Amino acid sequence: MKKLNIVVLAKQVPDTRHVGKDAMNADGTINRAALPAIFNPEDLNALEQALRLKDMCPGSTITMLTMGPERAKEIVREGMFRGADGGYLLTDRLFAGADTLATSYAISTAIRKIGEYDIIIGGRQAIDGDTAQVGPQVAEKLGLPQVTYVEEILSLDNDTITVKRAITGGIETVQAPLPVVLTVNGSAAPCRPRNAKLVMGKKNADVTAWSVADVNADPSKCGLAGSPTKVKKIENISFQAKESKVFSASDQDIQALMTELINNHTIG
Amino acid sequence: MNSLFVYCEIVEGRQIAGVSLDLLTKGRTLADQLGCQLEALVIGTGLAGIESDIFPYGVDRVHIFDAPGLFPYTTAPHSAILCKLFAEEQPQIALMGATVIGRDLGPRVSSAMGSGLTADCTQLEIGEYEDKKSGKIYENLLYQIRPAFGGNIIATIVNPDHRPQMATVREGVMKREIRDAAYKGQVINHNVADYVSAADMAIKVLERHVEKPAHHLDSASIVIAGGYGMGSRQAFDQLFTLADLIHAEVGASRAAIDAGFADHDRQIGQTGLTVRPKLYIACGISGQIQHIAGMKESSMIMSINSDPDAPINSIADYVINGRVEDVLPKLISHYKNLTK
Repeated sequence: MKKLNIVVLAKQVPDTRHVGKDAMNADGTINRAALPAIFNPEDLNALEQALRLKDMCPGSTITMLTMGPERAKEIVREGMFRGADGGYLLTDRLFAGADTLATSYAISTAIRKIGEYDIIIGGRQAIDGDTAQVGPQVAEKLGLPQVTYVEEILSLDNDTITVKRAITGGIETVQAPLPVVLTVNGSAAPCRPRNAKLVMGKKNADVTAWSVADVNADPSKCGLAGSPTKVKKIENISFQAKESKVFSASDQDIQALMTELINNHTIG
Repeated sequence: MNSLFVYCEIVEGRQIAGVSLDLLTKGRTLADQLGCQLEALVIGTGLAGIESDIFPYGVDRVHIFDAPGLFPYTTAPHSAILCKLFAEEQPQIALMGATVIGRDLGPRVSSAMGSGLTADCTQLEIGEYEDKKSGKIYENLLYQIRPAFGGNIIATIVNPDHRPQMATVREGVMKREIRDAAYKGQVINHNVADYVSAADMAIKVLERHVEKPAHHLDSASIVIAGGYGMGSRQAFDQLFTLADLIHAEVGASRAAIDAGFADHDRQIGQTGLTVRPKLYIACGISGQIQHIAGMKESSMIMSINSDPDAPINSIADYVINGRVEDVLPKLISHYKNLTK
């Protein structure tokens, strides 16, 4: 089996699934300090598929690639704790404020710099944006085919890969030529845990940071400047509170409520 | 005036996807506001006569690409068609469903056109925008409004300088309405070979299983939804007993699904389904904004929660303070007694 060069795209995200009451500032902005930064969950599913490919094709190389502030190096190391070989962080003030298009552009320049790749794989979407756009846009920028919503990699030969993917109301099996960009669903196999030996060996591993200049990116296509979409307005969500009828869990109350719902034809 | 385009997705049995019809309805309203034409784009195999399903939504032109190999959907041929057609027609706005297909195709096309795309919009409006830096005023832009940051904020996104302005929308978020059953537009049958090359067919669909949906949450008049407060899959399954009795469908919050209490396709909320039933019964759901976004338009809301301060109670018409496992059997037995 051929040795693969695999690039795993991963993002450090605020844990938007566990937003407490202190997550929003009084002025409606986000209190990022109140949200722990985590490895985007679906990117872990993608990492597992990459590790399985490496198991299948010994001698393959897994390179983590992330973009963010300095502390996002943790993402590269976390990948290494689970079996990735190394990785890069794209970090530069010029990358800041990027929408998905400018993000994809930056990532595609880094992948070109990495140079050798057979499979580029990432999570379907990140939980802070839920857009699912970066995977397909990276594929387009690199002129590669894409397979999104991947559940499982089924097989691989020298120049094609066969995967199972989720579609609306079902599944399909598709075969794609290499190199290819894959995005993986959260319902795919969970990522294997950290390997204690790797944690010991890699906890101080140096992670190379790349700037806009390092990846030969055009600054006008990066960050805010390279983003066609602009945020016009951000609003805190508020819902119209209603006058509620309150009941206890007593038989009497529940019977009264049921009687009302049946009488006003809401139920039955 | 440049047109507004809607990509009409074809599903099993040569049907137009519901979400595409939702978007044609919304597209018609926006096109009226802008004073432009509404155009639809259909790509598939064996599409003869498909325009008759599209015109009633008030569509002025239907572009049809009908050839073997275009169904089932694969990325490359569909994106090749959209990119070339958009280059020729210069639409000001292009909309598609936030489905597996739309979320695969939209970003690919927007990247190729350098035009930007806003995913999973919950509202689309027309308005003006002032660029703070240049002071330039843009008239008649598409406001692409969506929850962001896990549904904790609502963002209004615009795309001032690049065309088309692209957005995806989930099924059920926009209302579907026929404009005029007798509406007649123009059909344009395109020569697919002018748009798609052999290289675009590199990805092969080897096998496909599509099942009838396990539920009809989108059209149910009563929805019972369980949250993390249900505690276990077994407890969650009791919701089905009540649902069978009162002809309801069962949904779930994201937290309940993450905990493994229910299947992913039952998720209600910003990243799941949007429902607007006559009665919504929230069981053990605290009411995170991302959940409320998917059910707030229900005519009547009942919340069963052991926490009297659960946020969802503030938007509920009926609140039962109690543990779901105590309340549920009582709802069942009293319903049975009262309808005997």
